[in-house]
Amino acid sequence: MRICITIFFIFLFTIGYGRTIIVAPGSSNSSVKKAIEDAADGDTVLIKPGTYKEGSITISKSISVIAAGNVVLDGEQKFEILTLTGYNILVRGIHFINSGYSALNDFAAIKIVDASNLTIENCKITDAYFAIHISNSIHITIRNNTINGTPKSEQMTGNGIHLWKCSKALIENNKVFGQRDGIYFEFVTFSLIRNNISETNIRYGLHFMFSNDDSYYNNMFRNNGAGVAVMYSKRVWMDGNHFEENWGASAYGLLLKDITDSHIQHNTFKKNTVGIHLEGTSRMDIQRNIFKSNGWALKIQASCEDNNFHENNFLGNSFDVGTNGTMVLNRFDHNYWDKYEGYDLNKDGLGDVPYHPVSLYSLIVEQNPFMLMLYRSFTTQMLDKAEKAIPGLTPENLADNKPVMKSFKL
Amino acid sequence: MIKLSKYVLYDILRSKIIIAYTLFLLVVSFSLFNLEENESKAVLSLLNIILIVLPLVSIVFGTIHYYNSYEFIELMLAQPMSRQKIILSEYAGVAFSLASAFLIGVGIPVLLFSFNATGMALLLTGFLLTLVFTSLAFLASVKARDKARGIGIALLLWFYFALIYDGLVMLILFNFSDYPLEKITLLLTALNPIDLARVFIMLKMDVSALMGVTSALYKDFFGNITGILFTTGIMLLWAIIPLWLAVRGFKRKDI
Repeated sequence: MRICITIFFIFLFTIGYGRTIIVAPGSSNSSVKKAIEDAADGDTVLIKPGTYKEGSITISKSISVIAAGNVVLDGEQKFEILTLTGYNILVRGIHFINSGYSALNDFAAIKIVDASNLTIENCKITDAYFAIHISNSIHITIRNNTINGTPKSEQMTGNGIHLWKCSKALIENNKVFGQRDGIYFEFVTFSLIRNNISETNIRYGLHFMFSNDDSYYNNMFRNNGAGVAVMYSKRVWMDGNHFEENWGASAYGLLLKDITDSHIQHNTFKKNTVGIHLEGTSRMDIQRNIFKSNGWALKIQASCEDNNFHENNFLGNSFDVGTNGTMVLNRFDHNYWDKYEGYDLNKDGLGDVPYHPVSLYSLIVEQNPFMLMLYRSFTTQMLDKAEKAIPGLTPENLADNKPVMKSFKL
Repeated sequence: MIKLSKYVLYDILRSKIIIAYTLFLLVVSFSLFNLEENESKAVLSLLNIILIVLPLVSIVFGTIHYYNSYEFIELMLAQPMSRQKIILSEYAGVAFSLASAFLIGVGIPVLLFSFNATGMALLLTGFLLTLVFTSLAFLASVKARDKARGIGIALLLWFYFALIYDGLVMLILFNFSDYPLEKITLLLTALNPIDLARVFIMLKMDVSALMGVTSALYKDFFGNITGILFTTGIMLLWAIIPLWLAVRGFKRKDI
């Protein structure tokens, strides 16, 4: 019995209290690489402030690497700085600079391969090709990191946080600036992205491909080259995000392509060329969003069906809805449209005549973009009025039959 | 010449039409700014007035004034003065009174409620449009001897610039939609002062809608200082060329 208890305590001791290896410049133990080689599972490597140039470092044990102060790992423009593989690994508070660029391999400041239960937090990554590159991993947490890139061309710049074939990842409170895609998901499932800020990236703020059952909440995507793209995915929740100031010929607040059974709620779309662009999208629930000061609040291609738009606020958009066909398989009801000119005789808060969000002129512009030259001219205004009085060309069924008279408090 | 312009100005003020025009603009602008909760919406409504009402008033008033002061002009021609000076001072008097009516009627409310780049663009283009349509009025009235005919031509010119031209542009853009039209649209804009004014103001207002395919070009062109210079330059050409033609016609005319 005593032996059993002793063995149990020894066991507990070795798990709970690993050694702490301290690395400091100038001391006998001045190499991070060597410290990591010496460490055993459960140990902690504590790095004292200083700049370390040690090429590529690989961690394949269950250890914690923690910076005590301003620790800089310099990749000298040629190395992949940190490679992680294994399980139960923690990296905290390190500043990675100058990781290498390779046209053949996706060099990253932090590369995570075949890992599980791994946490990267409070790190800073400056001037990397890829910043954090994760593949084939599960239960990864990326938290409170700041990534600052210097964007070059699309080929020469990598993604901020790149996940490929992962599951159950948590990406929160990160800030990504000046990369290619701020956050990139491909074949990633059951993951959560929340409270991140993704700005001034040259392609997408968030790029989603073939990733089912993910959610993203309360993120800010601002001033990215082409906004946010969610493609070929199912069951995605998008809640409380801000999509702002994505301007340009092919920039969208949110680009949806082949998405099904997803929810878009409580988001704010402000000052985008196109608020949401929907293509091949079906069975979506789009409710309680704010569309404000966009060029087009919504562009719905005729390939979309069974989408529900309700209780949204449309405020000050140049065009509310644009579409390229006459078939309408989507539903609009109980939205607030600031351009609605109807009346409410029985005072139930709902307009008595339907609102047609597609104007004739927006159809014309859809067919021939050069017609934007005549935007707000007397002629096109007359055309719109005539079309409103006697609808002939605009899709008659695309209407909000119960438009709300007062805007929602969102 | 300045003395003559002053007489023209007194004459215009006596007729009180210009005062009514000023008051109309003032009342409309103030009520628009007070009615709309959002000042950019008010500016938008004001834009419609500037693009439609202002050219109409300028061209009709200019033509009527010319025919009404025909006897005065004849009297002046008996004096030792060149014909060019007489017609130019007539123009200066009319243009000055219309422009000041606009700057008081719209300028004061805009300065009070919407003192920003859009407001300034509005005032600049409104002022230039007044000059353009006054000189078109003079061209129409110098070319036509008969008053009814002169006013008819003036109205037709207004109708053309305000409505027909846009219809023609639509026709062209639709028929040639398979061709690269970027440069052509710019040219088409420059060929109508009302369109030029509209595009110029709009690029200050609805930037996001215009950031589509066409607008990258437009934005590059109109968005910066060269855009302002281009707009002002083309509008001044639109004022100077008809006026020059009017002066030439007036000099050769058998009165």
